[in-house]
Amino acid sequence: MELDAKIPEGPIAEKWDQHRFEMKLVNPANKRKHEVIVVGSGLAGASAAASMAELGYDVKCFCFQDSPRRAHSIAAQGGINAAKNYQNDGDSVFRLFYDTVKGGDFRSREANVHRLAQVSVNIIDQCVAQGVPFAREYGGLLSNRSFGGAQVSRTFYARGQTGQQLLLGAYQALQRQIGAGKVKMVPRSELLEIVIIEGAARGIVVRDLVTGEISSHCADAVCLATGGYANVFYLSTNAMNSNVTATYRAYKKGAFFANPCYTQIHPTCIPVSGDHQSKLTLMSESLRNDGRVWVPKNAGDTRPPDRIPESERDYYLERKYPSFGNLVPRDIASRNAKEVCDAGHSVVPGGHGVYLDFADAIGRLGQKTIEERYGNLFEMYERITGDNPYRTPMKIYPAPHYTMGGLWVDYNLMSTIPGLHVLGEANFSDHGANRLGASALMQGLADGYFVIPYTIGHYLATSKLEKVDTGHAAFRDAEREVREKTDRLLEIRGRRTVDDFHRELGRIMWNNCGMSRNKAGLEKALEEIPRLREEFWKDVRVLGASESINQSLEKAGRVADFLEFGEILCHDALDREESCGAHFREEHQTEEGEALRHDEDYTYVSAWEYKGVGNAPALHKEHLEFENVHLATRSYK
Amino acid sequence: MKLKLHIWRQTSQDAPGAFADYELDDVSPDMSFLEMLDVLNERLILDEQEPVVFDNDCREGICGACGMVINGHPHGPQKLTTTCQLHMRKFRDGDELWIEPWRAKAFPVLRDLMVDRSALDRIIEVGGYVSVNTGGVPDANAIPIGKGVADLSMDAAACIGCGACVAACPNASASLFTAAKITHLGVLPQGEIERNTRVQEMVAQMDEEAFGHCTNHGECDAACPKGISVDFIARMNRDFVRGVTREPITR
Amino acid sequence: MRRVLTLYSTTIGKKVVMAVTGILLVGFVLGHMIGNLKLYLPAHDGMAAIDHYGEGLRSFGAPFLAHGQFLWIARSVLILAVGLHIWSAISLKVRSNAARPIAYKRVAYEDSTLASRTMIWGGVLLLAFIVFHLLHFTTGTITPGFDFEHGAVFANVTGGFSNVGVAIFYIVAMVALAMHLYHGVWSMLQTLGANHPRYNSWRKKLALAIAIIVAVANISFPVAVLTGLVG
Repeated sequence: MELDAKIPEGPIAEKWDQHRFEMKLVNPANKRKHEVIVVGSGLAGASAAASMAELGYDVKCFCFQDSPRRAHSIAAQGGINAAKNYQNDGDSVFRLFYDTVKGGDFRSREANVHRLAQVSVNIIDQCVAQGVPFAREYGGLLSNRSFGGAQVSRTFYARGQTGQQLLLGAYQALQRQIGAGKVKMVPRSELLEIVIIEGAARGIVVRDLVTGEISSHCADAVCLATGGYANVFYLSTNAMNSNVTATYRAYKKGAFFANPCYTQIHPTCIPVSGDHQSKLTLMSESLRNDGRVWVPKNAGDTRPPDRIPESERDYYLERKYPSFGNLVPRDIASRNAKEVCDAGHSVVPGGHGVYLDFADAIGRLGQKTIEERYGNLFEMYERITGDNPYRTPMKIYPAPHYTMGGLWVDYNLMSTIPGLHVLGEANFSDHGANRLGASALMQGLADGYFVIPYTIGHYLATSKLEKVDTGHAAFRDAEREVREKTDRLLEIRGRRTVDDFHRELGRIMWNNCGMSRNKAGLEKALEEIPRLREEFWKDVRVLGASESINQSLEKAGRVADFLEFGEILCHDALDREESCGAHFREEHQTEEGEALRHDEDYTYVSAWEYKGVGNAPALHKEHLEFENVHLATRSYK
Repeated sequence: MKLKLHIWRQTSQDAPGAFADYELDDVSPDMSFLEMLDVLNERLILDEQEPVVFDNDCREGICGACGMVINGHPHGPQKLTTTCQLHMRKFRDGDELWIEPWRAKAFPVLRDLMVDRSALDRIIEVGGYVSVNTGGVPDANAIPIGKGVADLSMDAAACIGCGACVAACPNASASLFTAAKITHLGVLPQGEIERNTRVQEMVAQMDEEAFGHCTNHGECDAACPKGISVDFIARMNRDFVRGVTREPITR
Repeated sequence: MRRVLTLYSTTIGKKVVMAVTGILLVGFVLGHMIGNLKLYLPAHDGMAAIDHYGEGLRSFGAPFLAHGQFLWIARSVLILAVGLHIWSAISLKVRSNAARPIAYKRVAYEDSTLASRTMIWGGVLLLAFIVFHLLHFTTGTITPGFDFEHGAVFANVTGGFSNVGVAIFYIVAMVALAMHLYHGVWSMLQTLGANHPRYNSWRKKLALAIAIIVAVANISFPVAVLTGLVG
């Protein structure tokens, strides 16, 4: 199958405007006749559902949480980028575009990224109009900070709770439409199947997580905004219930999964404290603006930090990357932490932690300023670890955080299944091989507020969709499959818990397909995963019934999908014989240990097609053209 | 450390509930409270018993999904801390813990420690927003907002909607939750336009949802993991009287 | 059916009624206390100071008002205020009881006070006290141990408080009143939205001051009579 990204013609800066003009419109009177399903209520889902309902579409929105306000977008701390150039420091749409393509290590689609940079300015306007209380200067204008390696201040923030505030803005817009009767919200329900009729996505099958009822819902188009898959690693900064099920079921129905190996490891998380660890907590990257990362120069030095003199400390990021120092991109910061810890310089028992020290910043700016900037983060750190970071350095270690890969979509955010649109982290489109800090919120909202409301209209206006209802055989079949799978999980009654399997899968993935990867490790993982999966289907223990609240059953379904999906991730990592962005193949590095790209062979998007459980997926390539950004080796020295 | 747990078990909304007793032996002080329950659940499953059901998601104290009353304290004894962020080092070896769901008529128990808090969404639904559609809005810097006002708004907007205020209130009132949203939007110029009507809609809905009323005990403020102040309730009351007298609504 | 949302149809509206009637009642309590303090002033013109005061209340507003009219106007307003206060309290209490059908096994209070949690019971006690007080000193219906004489305030007070049981009941009632005022005054300001960062910290102090002043002054009367300081 030929992948057509449907990138509009014309100069990069005019593509989106031109495309908006060329897209077909749906007659306002007809919009209410079109039903659209949105799955997920995070930044992308909520903003899409609200915006489409405002336009007049008949929207049904699903989420597995008890309220749309709880989607995991809420946990983003740092901020949201926008090319407003309010600080007069040389920012522009083109610079944000350029930085994002470069930050993605030249593995993203130029046209999408440029559009993202263009609409970034509208997002801030929209959010302020909704009452999002962004930080402000004394003069009353919006405050910005520099974030995650950017050399301009373009990040808007609301204390350390930017994701929360943006999500509440979108949630409130969504609630308004629910109140107006334009959106039917279905919380506590989980997508378990996507229904394709005559080649187009026409609905979904969900399980009501309270009653266990399996029900079908049909529509003219389906939008998945179901987030990323970092929980394939078991321990990640994602919420406990974040999962790959929706996108994976779409993949099994024919949607291509693109670039699954691009998984971002966040450099500043709280280290693992023991076997009981259920998730990892991220400390905002903004901390690196004022904190200095270091380890003892001597391996195995177990002295407390205040007993290690300056001369015996290794500020390894400042040493290796003098111009960016502690603000190098996430992948570089993460890999360097792993490197020093593997060399025995870890500052925590277990061998996985480095210091993030604020002593200098407190000395320079005073504790009050630091408190204003990071007060809530410091409190959170103290609550979790019992250490006070004003007095003793924080201990941090990288953890899986965000997944750039996702379902392949064209410029209109439509997957390879007509009518199935994919938004936010669930798609692959904008971040390439690595995502810049404060860009996830931007992308989620760009897709939801400013892209899908246009492109969905074009799809509906140009498609001939027959009237179908949930009585259609395809829905009956899908429901039956869902029931069978659920029953199977309950009938096994084996010896191991779902979490036990998930933990083991996580270990396999983290050890072999984590921060750095090699052929032997990936091949080993590809042997171990099917074995574990087989054992899962023989030996998992899920108690209770399907007709009531059953959290083990929910988890089991998700882990079953992760156990298949993990393989795709490894296949992709194995295929990509280069290091780029967050994907680091040990075989491909410079003499100094930096990532080495192979642009002649790998300037493409890997889109994988399902070929049956346990079979290697088929690779389709979307070649990436770089007409506006010169392919360069990233250097943060 | 060792713990004796009494956990509320209830199989469904209509079923009667009761406390079940459990003992845990090696609880690490580094565990979060929910990780302690994870350990219990793993053990229960291996013992062929159904695990304890409780809402949780981000485990970072921001999504607002988790929440249980621990020895009478919503979210447990540590101030400004959600259940997921509460760590076992706050307890002592041999402690006896009574773990109950949020109790309020407006929050029916769905199972064990999981309750239905959709009443809070319905309060937002009737007016907890600024009525702007996507697009067509002015430049973000077109209306300067004083830092003090922006900070006050943010203080109120920090609410995570967990419902601990309702759980803590002797009257099971949702006044703090409602007042926080009314303040977040009402103090901003963007939200000022609908200030009079918003407060009336939201208060009327709050009353319809079978929450109790506020008698100014201040328990909500003490239990709130985000430190939302009862001062916002005073502001809501003032706004309400102002709204009713200036721009009465029909409902 | 859509209808105009009235102040009184909502819980906040009922609270506002409680607060406004509360202001009237607090004003009355303070006024009454100041009047009572005349007990300590020396007699003149052959009459106790407090008896002059009593007569003054009856003739207040003359010649516009007839003798005793002011008192009846004041009494009507107070009875109305008490009635509304009680009616709101009961209807809110009924609601609050319904709002938590299953009680917690363990309850740990943080910021609430004994005063705030006993408002309704303190209120019931105060109502009983008011009824007794009226029968005792206003109508002279119940007069254990003394002969009630209309208008002879000083004699009635000293006679009335010479009964130890009655004096103790008054003292207990005044402690209850103090607690009711301590939470009530603060709560009233909160309900009316009288808050501002600059004087918020004073609200509880003001409530405490009013509660203590009223309690100390009013308790001093039976104590003064019993110890022979007055009489």
